[in-house]
Amino acid sequence: MSTLQTTSCADQSAVMAKVRQVEELDNVVIRFVGDSGDGMQLTGNEFSKAVGEAGHDFSTHPDYPSEIRAPTGTLFGVSGYQIQYSSRPVFTSGDAPDVLVIMNPAALKTNLPDLKKGGIIIANTGAFSEGNLAKAEYKSNPLEDGSLAGYQLFKIDIAEFTANALNNSGLSKKDIARCKNYFALGVMLCLYSRPFDKEIEDIRKKFAKKPEFANANVTALTAGYAYAEATELFATTYQMRASAASPGKYRSITGNSAAALGFVAASELSGVPLFIGSYPITPATDILHDLSSLKNYNVTTYQAEDEIAGMCSTIGAAYGGSLGLTTTSGPGMALKTEALGLAVMLELPLVVVNVQRGGPSTGLPTKSEQSDLLQAVYGRNGECPVPVIASYSPSDCFDCAIEAFRIAVKYMTPVILLTDGGIGNAAEPWLIPDVASLPKIEVKFRTAAEGFQPYARDENLARAWVKPGTPGMEHRIGGLEKDFLTGNISHNPLNHQRMCDVRAAKVAGIAKDLPPTKVHGPESGDLLIIGWGSTYGSIFQAREKAAAAGKSVAQVHLRNINPLPADLGEILKRYKKVLVPELNLGQLSKLLRDQYLVPLVQLNKVQGKPFMVADIYDRILELC
Amino acid sequence: MNSPNDIHPLTKKDFESDQDVRWCPGCGDYSVLAQVQKILPTLGIARENFAFISGIGCSSRFPYYMETYGMHSIHGRAPAIATGLKLSRPELSVWVVTGDGDALAIGGNHFIHAMRRNIGLKIILLNNRIYGLTKGQYSPTSEMGKRTKSTPMGSIDRPFSPVALALGAGATFVARSVDSDVKHVASMLERAAAHKGTAFVEILQNCVVFNDDAYGALSNKATRADAGVFLEHGKPLVFGKDRNKGIKLSGWSPELVTLGENAVSEADLVVHDEKAANGGLAFFLSQLENPQFPVPLGVFRDLEEPAYEELNKAMAEGARATKGPGDLGRLLNGGETWTIK
Repeated sequence: MSTLQTTSCADQSAVMAKVRQVEELDNVVIRFVGDSGDGMQLTGNEFSKAVGEAGHDFSTHPDYPSEIRAPTGTLFGVSGYQIQYSSRPVFTSGDAPDVLVIMNPAALKTNLPDLKKGGIIIANTGAFSEGNLAKAEYKSNPLEDGSLAGYQLFKIDIAEFTANALNNSGLSKKDIARCKNYFALGVMLCLYSRPFDKEIEDIRKKFAKKPEFANANVTALTAGYAYAEATELFATTYQMRASAASPGKYRSITGNSAAALGFVAASELSGVPLFIGSYPITPATDILHDLSSLKNYNVTTYQAEDEIAGMCSTIGAAYGGSLGLTTTSGPGMALKTEALGLAVMLELPLVVVNVQRGGPSTGLPTKSEQSDLLQAVYGRNGECPVPVIASYSPSDCFDCAIEAFRIAVKYMTPVILLTDGGIGNAAEPWLIPDVASLPKIEVKFRTAAEGFQPYARDENLARAWVKPGTPGMEHRIGGLEKDFLTGNISHNPLNHQRMCDVRAAKVAGIAKDLPPTKVHGPESGDLLIIGWGSTYGSIFQAREKAAAAGKSVAQVHLRNINPLPADLGEILKRYKKVLVPELNLGQLSKLLRDQYLVPLVQLNKVQGKPFMVADIYDRILELC
Repeated sequence: MNSPNDIHPLTKKDFESDQDVRWCPGCGDYSVLAQVQKILPTLGIARENFAFISGIGCSSRFPYYMETYGMHSIHGRAPAIATGLKLSRPELSVWVVTGDGDALAIGGNHFIHAMRRNIGLKIILLNNRIYGLTKGQYSPTSEMGKRTKSTPMGSIDRPFSPVALALGAGATFVARSVDSDVKHVASMLERAAAHKGTAFVEILQNCVVFNDDAYGALSNKATRADAGVFLEHGKPLVFGKDRNKGIKLSGWSPELVTLGENAVSEADLVVHDEKAANGGLAFFLSQLENPQFPVPLGVFRDLEEPAYEELNKAMAEGARATKGPGDLGRLLNGGETWTIK
């Protein structure tokens, strides 16, 4: 092994070029699938980084079961990670994979239906034991019975090769088995002409405290690479054409990490400390994790005893003069509802993030859906308006996190930021912004006691933010209806009408800050597709494809859902038909019909999976 | 700035808001409000640094009557809101006023976790053993068999003791008083104010409308000396009009004894130790109830432990010491990056 480890990649490529054909690609979709303990998420992540470093755009879709370690070999325990990367801009993780890397029979069984016709299967034969075949409900071994004849099948005993490479490592059999994902990664890096030296560095860093594991994983990685290079199995390797990505510094980022960074940025840009009070819930918890390791910033993190306490501690912190943040997903959002109403009544600035998942109830915790939109807009008792914004991609979560707090402090209101499991866990390259280019968030704490009235309002209808501890301004706030100026309890009928009206007007007034709505495609025409959130990429690609086919189709993607942009009603009228694709049963559709009284065509999917470009493209063709 | 402290020493009047107090005439809450307003000026804390947070219920109207910062929030959630406030602003003196329904029924979870964390909140629970604001239903502290509008045939719920619950949740300061004994209420509030971490004070409080005389024996001058036993650190549990009754430990159980009878002397009685690291004695005391035993009044437990907000602050300081202060540019450019030229 040692000679292989020291051979440079360039040398290896030169050797390979003589004996193998190198096929140039513009685009490829690869899915890594195995048991939830096989490390497929890690393999996918590392592969994404390797292609990102080559300047390619990519988009990923991790898809994993809600069981942490489901029984091995079972159909329900399969965990997958799909990446699409390309020489051109990428907007989705791809409809159908070109390549399946499968670690066991169950992974093959559950993912084969998605593979493109004639696609590549790289199979870990070592896992195709009788027991595993039975668990995957195969009567005969599909690798041997000819049933995969329509695909390019590459059989590699990854388990055996990894074990052989590591038989002198001193590691236990169990630990050796855990290295096979790095063998698979090595194979894929070679096959797609990516160097492994950076990955070796990363492994050394990742396992700095456990050098024996670092060594083993490096050995597995290079063994995989060497195997792929030496074997006669592969007649072709692949090389992505050079990409024309914008120059600059990039990192791979998931939506949850981007949101966490955005919230720290909001704190830095406003000079106001950030407080996050949250309760762990899939798929939102990573935001809490990320922020918890940033205590050297002006960040306080608090794992509350429940979702309600997460929300309430956030209210307490906002009252104390912090940027209050709580993060959750659907069921947690339901629990926070009453306290969110209190925050509306108190008019305190805070942000609630709902990383949506399949519902109702516990639903599909690890799968993505957009079915909490109406809950966000309407789901509270009383007339209780809350601004709602939605991220459209992982890196957009950074901008939305800042935007959410900008609205919250300017208008003294809680703000709901909707993302979803797809955005939260998916990664894409992020052009790192220059800190100096990020606009400051202006925050004024009132300290002038003279003439102070707790519910007096500024030109944006926002009341003053006063920190307890400010002399001479002691006052009480609460959930009971309050007097229009003093904030004292008031049951006066006209006062209540006035307060409901002003709370509604305040939130509606945010529309005046929104930039003109961007329309991709013709200014008027046959069809407008209007979406929100994580469906952006699928809609974008479907529209591009339809436009290329000569269709008159435009796209509007909404970031602000409450209030909606002021120009949206006029835009809707410029198209003969309007299509609203959503990963729910028609929630934005309801809002748009209610506001604009326009006929809409719905396209709805609730399968725990994102839209395929084809889902939307096919519907476009039916409509125009 | 116009801090009243700068102009004149604070008085009770400085803590009275301009809002009319709207509890029923004769409600025990009045006396507690008066005692709180009386002791706050003595604590050496500027008025603007007090915050009173409450939930829902009669007792939760409390903040409106205090000329401090305050929030009347939602049912049961005051400890959770106060925790966020205290964590973000540890320099404030944060008080929670709650009731038996607010703290123990709908807000039970927040209550026990506040106790467990030992966060610097002063929590006053006004326990009238009934729901007042919803007009008379049984509460988690109502006695079994209690007939109320929602239990016309008598309650089949077993009540729990707020003191026992707080102790079970690991509270470092637990005290009990009764509304009619204003001096004792004041002394318990002072002790709570001086405590580091969560300080819990149960005040047995009379609801004149829906549960009048629930603590009659403890309030009535003729009976109170026999119905209650004052806990004093290092002193034996002696009580009674003639100071001749006591509590003795018999196996693991309490035994009521009379001094001088059967050769029992003070040396045989349980001696109170509020500093005992082991919670056994405090829990033993929390089980004493009328009518079989006198109700203990005073400080059950007072331990010095690090407060949550101190630990939190130390953690942040530690992070800054090891990682250096936050730098947004460095953060955004962290992780594994690549450059496209």
